[in-house]
Amino acid sequence: MAYRSLTELADQLERGETTAVELAQQYLARIEAHNPTLNAFVHCDAEHVLAQAEASDAYRAKHGARAMEGLPIAVKDIFCTSDGPTQCCSNILKGYHAPYDAHVITRLKEAGAVLVGKTNMDEFAMGSSNETSAFGSCRNPWHTDCIPGGSSGGSAAAVAAALTPAALGTDTGGSIRQPASLCGITGLKPTYGRVSRRGIIAFASSLDQAGAMTRTVRDAALLTGTISGHDPADATSAADAPDVDWLAACETRDMQGLRIGRPKEYFIDGMDPGVRAAVDAALEQCKALGAEIVDISLPHTQYAVAAYYVIAPSEASANLSRYDGVRFGHRCEHPEDLLDMYTRSRDEGFGAEVKRRILTGAFALSSGYYDAYYLKAQQVRTLIRQDFQQAFEQVDVIATPTSPVPAFRIGEKTDDPLTMYLSDVFTIAVNLAGLPGLSQPCGMVDGLPAGLQWIAPAWQEGRLLAAAAAYEAATPWHQQTPADFTAGEQA
Amino acid sequence: MSWEVVIGLEVHVQVNTKTKAFCGCSTAFGAEPNTQTCPVCLGMPGQLPVLNAEAVQKTILTGLAINATINLESRFDRKNYFYPDLPKGYQISQFAVPLVEKGYLDIPVGDGEKRIGITRIHMEEDAGKSMHEGLEGVSHIDLNRSGVPLMEIVSEPDMRSADEAIAYLKQLHQLIRFLDVSGGDMEKGQFRCDANVSVRRPGEPFGTRAELKNLNSFRFIKQAIEYEANRQIELIEDGGEVVQETRLFDSAKGESRSMRSKEEAHDYRYFPEPDLPPLRVSAEEVAAIRAGMPELPGQLRQRFEQEYGLSAYDADVLTQTRELAAWYEQLVAAHPKDPKRCANWMANELLGRLNDAGRDIADSPVNAQALAGLLDRIDDGTISGKIAKDVLDAMMESGDSADAVIEAKGLKQVSDTGAIDALIREVMETNPQQVEQYRNGRDKLFGFFVGQVMKATRGQANPAVVNQRLKILLQG
Repeated sequence: MAYRSLTELADQLERGETTAVELAQQYLARIEAHNPTLNAFVHCDAEHVLAQAEASDAYRAKHGARAMEGLPIAVKDIFCTSDGPTQCCSNILKGYHAPYDAHVITRLKEAGAVLVGKTNMDEFAMGSSNETSAFGSCRNPWHTDCIPGGSSGGSAAAVAAALTPAALGTDTGGSIRQPASLCGITGLKPTYGRVSRRGIIAFASSLDQAGAMTRTVRDAALLTGTISGHDPADATSAADAPDVDWLAACETRDMQGLRIGRPKEYFIDGMDPGVRAAVDAALEQCKALGAEIVDISLPHTQYAVAAYYVIAPSEASANLSRYDGVRFGHRCEHPEDLLDMYTRSRDEGFGAEVKRRILTGAFALSSGYYDAYYLKAQQVRTLIRQDFQQAFEQVDVIATPTSPVPAFRIGEKTDDPLTMYLSDVFTIAVNLAGLPGLSQPCGMVDGLPAGLQWIAPAWQEGRLLAAAAAYEAATPWHQQTPADFTAGEQA
Repeated sequence: MSWEVVIGLEVHVQVNTKTKAFCGCSTAFGAEPNTQTCPVCLGMPGQLPVLNAEAVQKTILTGLAINATINLESRFDRKNYFYPDLPKGYQISQFAVPLVEKGYLDIPVGDGEKRIGITRIHMEEDAGKSMHEGLEGVSHIDLNRSGVPLMEIVSEPDMRSADEAIAYLKQLHQLIRFLDVSGGDMEKGQFRCDANVSVRRPGEPFGTRAELKNLNSFRFIKQAIEYEANRQIELIEDGGEVVQETRLFDSAKGESRSMRSKEEAHDYRYFPEPDLPPLRVSAEEVAAIRAGMPELPGQLRQRFEQEYGLSAYDADVLTQTRELAAWYEQLVAAHPKDPKRCANWMANELLGRLNDAGRDIADSPVNAQALAGLLDRIDDGTISGKIAKDVLDAMMESGDSADAVIEAKGLKQVSDTGAIDALIREVMETNPQQVEQYRNGRDKLFGFFVGQVMKATRGQANPAVVNQRLKILLQG
């Protein structure tokens, strides 16, 4: 029951086989049962969830259903919501209540969705394992000693364990796709500018983008279609983006004539052989569906991680300056003077990884280093964008592994930030180029999911969805569920 | 050997848009603290800036008025520093590519003009205000001003004396008010100046400069620059060296003190503002703004001199503000006969009275039509110019028309020869000795008779008629 897609749940609601209240009760029960193990949710107010569900049932009875009527959706703790706390899993925002809804939250509410709560994440979305959360690590439902990926780890784990049928995440360098891959679900990062960033707590403004984390490709399309569109209050939200026929794109069942680029830089020594085998097999499957696999090169790929870890921390160092203890959030006790208030409030409020990135960013922007770091990184960014432009002259979409490794153990990489940063080696370039990317499950490695990443030209989410839907229809991977959280459930 | 002072000025001008630079909050001055704020200008998490188009247009207009280049693509940057009244911890500004570059202003120097280069005008947002006075152990912050649009107008180091600096500032101040891009009220912080001052021997390269902050009136700016130049000259002459630093001028003491040295200077870590795309304006938009450009002070002065035959002085006085010039032209339209008399009466009589009353032309109790009405009564001989001044006093007081005042006070001039002849005869009868003496050749006594007649009519007799009739009747 719980392991149903949004599409199936919507049908059941439509047929009157269930109600929004019933669904809310079922998922709340699962959250109650499994969240103590998984720590996927950091906030869930059952009463408020049921009230929304009741309102939705009433709306349906009176006016009929809206696009997401009665469907439960969890959101990452990075989205501002006017109800409940918004803390970005940071002590500096402990107890912070936003006075407004993020644009995407408004869209979900207007579509009749029921917001089930806030999910765990790396503090300020800075991390690839969910271990930097101030509220404790989230666990991977496939193996609870393992990380769920990050930074949208809570959303990924919650969907994978069916504590919610779908969730929103954000993706700055892979934070939707990498945890989706590690938890065996589908994650779609739209083109930069497709979804408004207003009300999403900023990490790196030129890279951040919200997106869907779901059980199926069609669900990702439904959810993305609901939250996307121009927002005049976000100057970087595209006013004239080509539209996508979200659900129609998911009807594709073959890959006749599709040219899939296979970039050699993404199939490298050192990646997990099991992941490699899974992705190789997935590409064979695509061939069988009619696709042509074209070997391509994205020659500047090797510089992506370095450029990202200059640009993202630089922007973050400014974005996080507002957490100064003056107006909201944590303020230290008994400050001696202004400087003491600033330094102690921030020292106490921010975790180690956030501090590391603020320092990195402030250094990269400082006088005398700007040209060598920030400016150089921006030049690399341009080259990476050009790599993709040239590649898309030859192919329609690009397919790669999402993560070079499956989920690793909690604590395994926390002492080694550089190794941790390489978790995003295959996802980062997509953010630097502002392109849409989708990860979907494509196999299992020793009981842990592997992910296939699709990349398309800007605004061509339709191509991602078509390829992913065709692949999904031909393979069983999206139907697998983690055994420990499936007992008593009909998968 | 003489010293040369080198001055460059940075002027922050508040742009008089209705709403703030990046959000919809009101920019009105003087509201209760923190009542004109929203999540954007409070720097709440997740909030994003949206650029105010009116602020862009007004900055472009200013750029065109100083003959500058308008960059069709400019960029916003973040200027990072921590201060409690800077909610985001950075100010959105323009650093690498400003909207306006390479302009100039011609300022009056002695009998001639001097061209002062303007390096750039960039757009930015204002910070809030910190309040410490009268508070024990705490500070208060008012963020009503946070996000109010500013233009920062940066000059070249082209000025060579405090007087030149003041002339430049006054010219700029007049210009921005003419363009209606700012209220320019210095007391409200709408026009704020920082000065970079250095000294050198003529012909030598620029000396090390000090930046003077907190200069909030023309008088203080002059004082501060002169103080700073003397301080540097004495320092060098005593064998010392000027260090690059920021100094705060204390207007009460008339001196400045070091605020921070070059070593302590902020590293603002500028980088492109990722929340705002590059600012693109089209050549057509710029052309449209240029087409809507009002007549500038210099053009108006010239036209007033040529078209109305005004003296340079009157033309200057009447073009100080756009409102004054418009008022004058309304007056001329209502009293087209004598533009010079209009100028005299407006510049000397009306503005003098308004000035004494501390009032602005905008709230003058006498409007242009009313003043024209008064001038008409002088022209048609109803009253004399002297009486007219009293009538104007009464009009200022009551707001009544000239006719109403003349009527109510019975000030109508006596031009009727019969009535005046009767008065003259009366005066002659009471002063037979003077008549005798006059007739014996004491011409000087003529003025005595005029005075007596005018006195008898309380000044209402038409002086021309009195003169004419006296001459005839005194001859006997």
